[in-house]
Amino acid sequence: MDINEIIKPENKVYGKSTVLKDAVMHYCPGCSHGTVHKILAEVIEEMGIQDKTIGISPVGCSVFAYNYLNIDWQQAAHGRAPALATATKRLMPDKYVFTYQGDGDLASIGTAEIMHACNRGENIVVIFINNAIYGMTGGQMAPTTLLGQVTATTPYGRDAKLNGYPLKITELIAQLEGTCYVTRQSVQNPGAVRRAKRAIQKAFENSMLDKGTSFIEVVSTCNSGWKASPVAANKWMEENMFPFYPLGDLKDR
Amino acid sequence: MKEEIIIAGFGGQGVLFMGRILAYGGIMQDQEVTWMPSYGPEMRGGTCNVSVILSDNKISSPILSRFDTAIILNQQSLDKFEKQVKPGGVLIYDPNGITRHPERKDIKVCRIAAVDEAAKLGNAKAYNMIVLGAYLKVKPVVTFENVIKGLRKSLPERHHHLMEMNEKAISVGMEAVEIL
Amino acid sequence: MAEKILMKGNEAIAYAAINCGCDGYFGYPITPQSEVMETLMLEKPWETTGMVVLQAESEVSSINMVYGGACCGKKVMTSSSSPGISLMCEGLSYLAGCELPCLVVNVMRGGPGLGTIQPSQSDYFQATKGGGHGDYRTIVLAPATVQDMYDYVDLSFELAFKYRNPVMILGDGVVGQMMEKVELRPAKPRRTDKELRELCDSWATLGKSASRPGNIITSLALDADIMERHNIHLQNKYATIEANEARYETYMTKDADHLIVAFGCMSRICENVVELARQDGIKLGVLRPITLYPYPEKALDALVPQMKSIMSVELNSGQMVEDVRRIASGRAPVHFYGRQGGAVPSPEEIYEAFVKTIKK
Repeated sequence: MDINEIIKPENKVYGKSTVLKDAVMHYCPGCSHGTVHKILAEVIEEMGIQDKTIGISPVGCSVFAYNYLNIDWQQAAHGRAPALATATKRLMPDKYVFTYQGDGDLASIGTAEIMHACNRGENIVVIFINNAIYGMTGGQMAPTTLLGQVTATTPYGRDAKLNGYPLKITELIAQLEGTCYVTRQSVQNPGAVRRAKRAIQKAFENSMLDKGTSFIEVVSTCNSGWKASPVAANKWMEENMFPFYPLGDLKDR
Repeated sequence: MKEEIIIAGFGGQGVLFMGRILAYGGIMQDQEVTWMPSYGPEMRGGTCNVSVILSDNKISSPILSRFDTAIILNQQSLDKFEKQVKPGGVLIYDPNGITRHPERKDIKVCRIAAVDEAAKLGNAKAYNMIVLGAYLKVKPVVTFENVIKGLRKSLPERHHHLMEMNEKAISVGMEAVEIL
Repeated sequence: MAEKILMKGNEAIAYAAINCGCDGYFGYPITPQSEVMETLMLEKPWETTGMVVLQAESEVSSINMVYGGACCGKKVMTSSSSPGISLMCEGLSYLAGCELPCLVVNVMRGGPGLGTIQPSQSDYFQATKGGGHGDYRTIVLAPATVQDMYDYVDLSFELAFKYRNPVMILGDGVVGQMMEKVELRPAKPRRTDKELRELCDSWATLGKSASRPGNIITSLALDADIMERHNIHLQNKYATIEANEARYETYMTKDADHLIVAFGCMSRICENVVELARQDGIKLGVLRPITLYPYPEKALDALVPQMKSIMSVELNSGQMVEDVRRIASGRAPVHFYGRQGGAVPSPEEIYEAFVKTIKK
């Protein structure tokens, strides 16, 4: 069969979202960021809101999210994305505003900002990537690092006496009156990706309904930080992360 | 004309508000004014003072160490500000609670028993307006009419029914002040 | 003639913001400037001009809300006092790095640490020489009157947008807490969405328009060459600001052979010192820098040759005097008089100190 016979529109089964740029991603092979970026781009494209969406990128690996999605971006100081999002949404209520934050950014240095933005019920979307480690700075302990987990700053494993306990920030966020939708998702297989995408779409829809903050945690892998192959990292996540950070909706109203 | 005044007493006596009305009165007669309060925790009960300057010309320093007039409503303020009255200046004080009375002979000392007068009026809140009346009698730098206009400006609309009471209190102060 | 209203300096900031078409205020309470947000909350401008007013959870958050609003090309501002400004310095550095317009008001109090709530000018270094990290500058205006507090809000936004740079109004507890009469200016409406697109679409996050790729506002450049190019670009902008925006006032300097340099409330107090000196036959004048960055270098430089002595008078341990000495560069003796920790000297006290320096 001639190649031109095959590449006809009616035969197309998959296309890259037009919201994604052509830039080659800097993320490590197997990293969850790429998948989350992809479904985020698809939701923005499918909802037809590329011209109405403003993203706030964090400090951490996904600081460069702005290189991959062709929308308007603000790059926040470490942990402060919810403050930028608060002002942006209040000053431009007709825009879809989301923050994209890692666990160090959101659950450590930015705890005050995320708590208060959610408590005020800002009509924004928060995408929280939890891979239990600081990726960009070289694999140090994060607030969500599991007990016993080895990182660059817990070389003998996280010890509660020395380092405290892993922080279930999503459970805390769910307690706040200002949040309308709090869910924990993952992207390690096609079914999980589809569920995570539906959650992101719902969150974006919520942000125009004056219902409050929508918060999506994505339990993720960090192959480089965890020093594991993509397949092994997924397995480790399922066996160790999911029991402590169980998937599913914590709140939906 | 330039009049530099310090009003000093306890927080809650209406010291700052009295200064504000004087300042507004100055504006009503097209003068330059500054109103500079002491501020901070002392607002909640400790000593409190405000310096007010009324002038026909531009006012430079709002911070002063010598005053044309001192209006003194407690002992601490008397101890602090008596010596800061310019020679030939005026000191007006309420004797209530005062154990050491003014001693200077080179200034004009006046007494207004405002606590007593307020009690007679049956309205403790009229206290600062009685003191203001005493000042206006001794130093008519601002006309009665302009003070009333300033008062109207200073009071929120919802308190305008208190205008009459305040006018009365000012008149009482004007009559009750004694020049020693 | 426009109506004149008696108000506090802090209240003037709030009324001016509403009046000049400010889009958003984000703040956190701290003495001696809390009246700014209190006045805004009382006036409810969101019901009239549509201005957003929000009490944030911290100064860190306030400045980052300003950062977000500034990314959207909006006229946004915050106000605080010294300890709060320290917390905002990270955000200020980002705003400067991203070349964003905004207004930050510092009603200074004494420090270091929690310090005192009484007036001070001890944040001169912080305001004019940086504060946050990295090679950046903020334009700094020093108000001396309540009218200045009112007028500098609009001026600050003009400068902030002209240069896409943060502007700071560096007041102190005296101008913040003092009441004077203020002449209100004609109101400016807030910018419409259309005006905003015309003015800021090339850089702001207004939502990607069809004609351009998504705008990215960031201060990050991992490549040293790219970062250095950005640094040089910033420095060139600062040089333009220095050439064009220095502002100052003089008082009785024409025939003066002694000079006091003082800013903010101290410049007014020193005008009284001039009167005391002239009564004694001493020809004293005052130079008041209105912009502390850019510093009015040329104005001071031109006055130096005629002076037998120069004295910098400040509410700190001697900060601006370093700039005065630099500009005088040995051509006249430069003295300093200051009070610290919230103490404010009277004209008599300053005059006494001045007389001592010239008798030496």
